[in-house]
Amino acid sequence: MILRRHQGGGLMENRAIFSGRLLPLLLVLPQLAISLVFFYWPALQALWQSFLVQDAFGISTEFVWFENYVSLLSTPAYYHAIGVTFLFSLLVVVFSLAIGLLLAVMANRDIPGLQVYRTFLIIPYAVAPAVASAVFIFMFQPGLGMIARSLQRAGIDWNPVLNGTHAMILVVTIAVWNQISYNFLFFLAGLQSIPKSVIEAAAIDGARPMRRFWTIVFPLLSPTTFFLIIVNTTYAFFNTLGIIDTATEGGPNSATQTLVYKVFLDGKAGTDLGGSAAQSVILMIIVIGLTAFQFRYVEKKVHY
Amino acid sequence: MSLRQFGAPALGAASFAFAAASPAHAVTEIQWWHAMSGPNNDVVVKLANDFNASQSDYKIVPSFKGSYADTLNAGIAAFRAGNAPGIMQVFEVGTATMMAAKGAIKPVFELMKEQGEKFDPNSYLPAITGYYSTAKGDMLSFPFNSSSMVMWVNLDALQKAGIAAPPKTWPEVFDDAKKLHATSPTCGLSTSWITWALVEQFNAWHNLPIGTKANGLDGFDTVLEFNSPLEVKLLENLVELQKDKSFDYSGRTNTGEGRFTSGECPLYLSSSAFYPNVKANAKFNYTAVAMPYFPDVKDAPQNSIIGGASLWVMGGKSAEEYKGIAKFFTFLSDTDRQVYLHEQSGYLPITKAAYEKTKSSGFYEKNPILEVPLKELTNKPPTENSRGLRFGGMVQMRDVWSEEIEAALAGKKSAKEALDTAVSRGNQMLRQFERTAGK
Repeated sequence: MILRRHQGGGLMENRAIFSGRLLPLLLVLPQLAISLVFFYWPALQALWQSFLVQDAFGISTEFVWFENYVSLLSTPAYYHAIGVTFLFSLLVVVFSLAIGLLLAVMANRDIPGLQVYRTFLIIPYAVAPAVASAVFIFMFQPGLGMIARSLQRAGIDWNPVLNGTHAMILVVTIAVWNQISYNFLFFLAGLQSIPKSVIEAAAIDGARPMRRFWTIVFPLLSPTTFFLIIVNTTYAFFNTLGIIDTATEGGPNSATQTLVYKVFLDGKAGTDLGGSAAQSVILMIIVIGLTAFQFRYVEKKVHY
Repeated sequence: MSLRQFGAPALGAASFAFAAASPAHAVTEIQWWHAMSGPNNDVVVKLANDFNASQSDYKIVPSFKGSYADTLNAGIAAFRAGNAPGIMQVFEVGTATMMAAKGAIKPVFELMKEQGEKFDPNSYLPAITGYYSTAKGDMLSFPFNSSSMVMWVNLDALQKAGIAAPPKTWPEVFDDAKKLHATSPTCGLSTSWITWALVEQFNAWHNLPIGTKANGLDGFDTVLEFNSPLEVKLLENLVELQKDKSFDYSGRTNTGEGRFTSGECPLYLSSSAFYPNVKANAKFNYTAVAMPYFPDVKDAPQNSIIGGASLWVMGGKSAEEYKGIAKFFTFLSDTDRQVYLHEQSGYLPITKAAYEKTKSSGFYEKNPILEVPLKELTNKPPTENSRGLRFGGMVQMRDVWSEEIEAALAGKKSAKEALDTAVSRGNQMLRQFERTAGK
């Protein structure tokens, strides 16, 4: 196998040319294998499961076509979970992006001890969601937690165990806290790649900091923001399972039961694998649709 | 395979020592998956070690698999992969799931008969084994750790509020909760395991059916019916008390137990197995009394039901393994061992002999709290409403019932509406379960 590198005919193109098809194929093979084993295979399995009704141990199996989907779409609880998921995701994405951006802008200035601030701001990302959740529960547990007590002393009847709005605030807070660092990191990198000269030119033209931010910095950050919107949406849809499980278990009265938590609950506690698989297929379709929508419409506003 | 090896490293070392001691001898290993953490894990390990030391043919290897639900799921996944353990500890609400899985399990009565072990079903406490037996009385799984529900009472708080003695009936409990509100403004009364308290135990204690077909013990075609006027009355009262926190909801599991030991909630319904925790953490005079009842109900109090877990034997194992498991169950049933377990862990003894022996030794005079659940369980011979319950999908069913109770307590639905919905949603789940069960 010969590997040749050429300068493409006079153009400033730098491209590796491989002889034959075997080598490139071999090079992408590991990645393909991983996708097949860890994505396509389980996804197909879920698709197949969603057409079956089965007992927990898999002893009796019945092929039922779309029955799992039909019964799912005829339960009000499912639509409730869709509503909860969109509300939850919207809150998480908006707050974690806004706070991440604010912190990044603040940390992008020349202030003493900058490295220390930056490091501390990144650390929360290293905390596992379930652990973050456990810590927050200690602080927000009515009657025991520090923050819960101060809230109660301030006259707020803080009770996430029974009050659905409070429970939602609690899981959103944990999810946002856990995700801010990630957004901070990307926004900071994005900010640092914006040429200083552009901002200085605007300053000379008399633009005040707020105006400079909204007319120059924010538009130039849009590729980062767009990327983060997609990543954060996926995070809110899927990765918050551990947070919800530890903090509220989807309660009270399913006020924090998101779609992914319902998949987990029905499959694990309910041992209803068919129904759970049907839900995960629908969830996959929703997220693919949402991402496609973002690429189609939101990306148009992005300046690369 | 990897799951087994992940088990407990310490035990791996122990097994090595064991193998080295008798190299020529073929030892049959029996995997025991369980959900006991902390001091109870030590009890499990000690039992296994004692059994292993008592003979040289079999070796019980316990592995901790997480919470009850985790252990059940690990067992199901292992079975699907053809790798199930010999013995699996399953919580009481998983009973229907297990017994419906014919072929996946080996009923204990069958195992003991086949292996010729001495086994007299009548030597066990019926209030405990009834939960794990068929309608005919055949024992399906072996009771391991059992408890019942009692009412924990903070005596100091009662005195402060001017209440002379712990309340016995629900009307007294409601009154006392209101009085306690003056000194405990955030919580007069609360519970752990809300559905266990308000539905499962409450109905057994009042001889009311939770569902038809003897609460599902007689068949999977059972229909829920716990929305009768009495259950509605109880919930309505609690909803009323919730408004000023004379009653305050503490969640679906036992995470609220700290509210009793911290002194916040002076009246607290929870498991009798809460005892070691209370003993270690409560800095006030406390006691446990029988659950309250409505005195205008003819049969109340009837008898309480158990909670906890039992040991299931999995199907498709070798004759050698079954022999070892049968011997292990005989070993566990030993009177002195049961007495020891009962006194150490606070869980209930499973044989009549062990109960009698503990009683005659005067143990309960020094530890009256440990006898409260036993008195509740044996208060009257169990009826078909109070032998236990067996509903498919019970793990998730509890969540569904809890959701509806939460809606009522939060004032979003009336008590009647909430219980009606809990029943109808539960029935849907039962019908779903019935389709695949026992085939």
